[in-house]
Amino acid sequence: MEGFKNFFATRWGIIFVGLVIGVLAPLLQKFGNPPNMGICVACMERDIAGALGLHRASVVQYLRPEIIAFVLGAFFSALAFKEYRPRGGSAPFIRFILGMFAMIGALVFLGCPWRTILRLAGGDGNAISGLLGLISGIWLGTRFLKAGYSLGKTQPAPSKMAGVAFPLLMFGLLVLLFIDPQPADQARGMILFYSLKGPGSQHASLAVSLSAALLIGILAQRSRFCTMGAFRDLILFKQGHLFSGVAAFFIAALATNLLLGQFNPGFAGQPIAHTMQLWNFLGMTLAGLAFSLSGGCPGRQLFLSGEGDADAAVFASGMIVGAAISHNFGLASSPAGIGPNGAIATIIGLVVCIIIGLTMRRR
Amino acid sequence: MSETIDARGLSCPEPVLLTLEAIKKSGSAEIEILVDTDTSKENVMRAAQSMGWQILEVNEESSGYKIKIGKE
Repeated sequence: MEGFKNFFATRWGIIFVGLVIGVLAPLLQKFGNPPNMGICVACMERDIAGALGLHRASVVQYLRPEIIAFVLGAFFSALAFKEYRPRGGSAPFIRFILGMFAMIGALVFLGCPWRTILRLAGGDGNAISGLLGLISGIWLGTRFLKAGYSLGKTQPAPSKMAGVAFPLLMFGLLVLLFIDPQPADQARGMILFYSLKGPGSQHASLAVSLSAALLIGILAQRSRFCTMGAFRDLILFKQGHLFSGVAAFFIAALATNLLLGQFNPGFAGQPIAHTMQLWNFLGMTLAGLAFSLSGGCPGRQLFLSGEGDADAAVFASGMIVGAAISHNFGLASSPAGIGPNGAIATIIGLVVCIIIGLTMRRR
Repeated sequence: MSETIDARGLSCPEPVLLTLEAIKKSGSAEIEILVDTDTSKENVMRAAQSMGWQILEVNEESSGYKIKIGKE
């Protein structure tokens, strides 16, 4: 087991994981997920917020099993490899706020770092400004880290059960999805909300989504795959370990898209994207900064929460609440452009994150 | 003379930052780093090796790992 465990911590290990995710994401799209959204942690959490009625944007309501399986896959993997360690207490409310603004920024751009890379791999040129924004936000975060930014130490939880809460919540949602499937041509089950059109209505079958995402959850937990850390480590330490995983992810997704005929280069009319480049840039600057200040991309936060990290679970919860705020108050973008309050929310988010970056210091 | 850094409970990338800081500043030939997760252990070891330091010892403790690194 030790040899296997070490393999994923090696350069080839993380490249292997990047390649697997890069093939699976376009395949999920092929099997029904929305275009360039085979995996998008932000979009999928946003759809979950919709499925639970936390917002009522009718086109983005689906209890995405991928998110559930990411957490459960990481949970099982952490248990199997004795890395399950319930912990928490490192500035949880600050992490909640960072999660909220990470989501608000991501929904101005229309994608998390995972989807930024998948949009690029699908030929969406608007993702270039998103990627540049992401890198700028992460760069800004590294300046704060260099100056001593810290959210403080986490503590081991008194009970082994403490770390089960988030995986159990995910399991509960999965049970809900099984007992309350979408009735034919209806937007409401017994409890859950569904979409009749739009991205929320596009999804691979439950079995396909669950198995692909469980595998990703396991592999990502083993390898520490992180789309934010990739750029952060390169900027901060000139270390390319995590970056090689993300590069492999991009190359595999590009190749798979080309093979499946899912590569459509251009700027205008790209799926679930808009062409307001300034806001593509600034939305992802906000998201990148928030991820950087919280120590992980949205996927990584889910994998950490599966390991029992309650702070990561708080961040993920902040993202789901952020999605609700985004859609309830006109912050989220649409293919037509940014929402009526998207610009001001992005600026407020940047100001708040910069204040957090400046004030949270190691003593 | 060896120096000890307690990076337990800190989130990414702080354990690595503290390790690199110590490597740059340290007058001592050995540094001990305490971490609480496997991720931090791997990251600290990778960072030390990238600076040309050797991993002398890794001990599992109740609160995580104690990694001893040394200048070559």
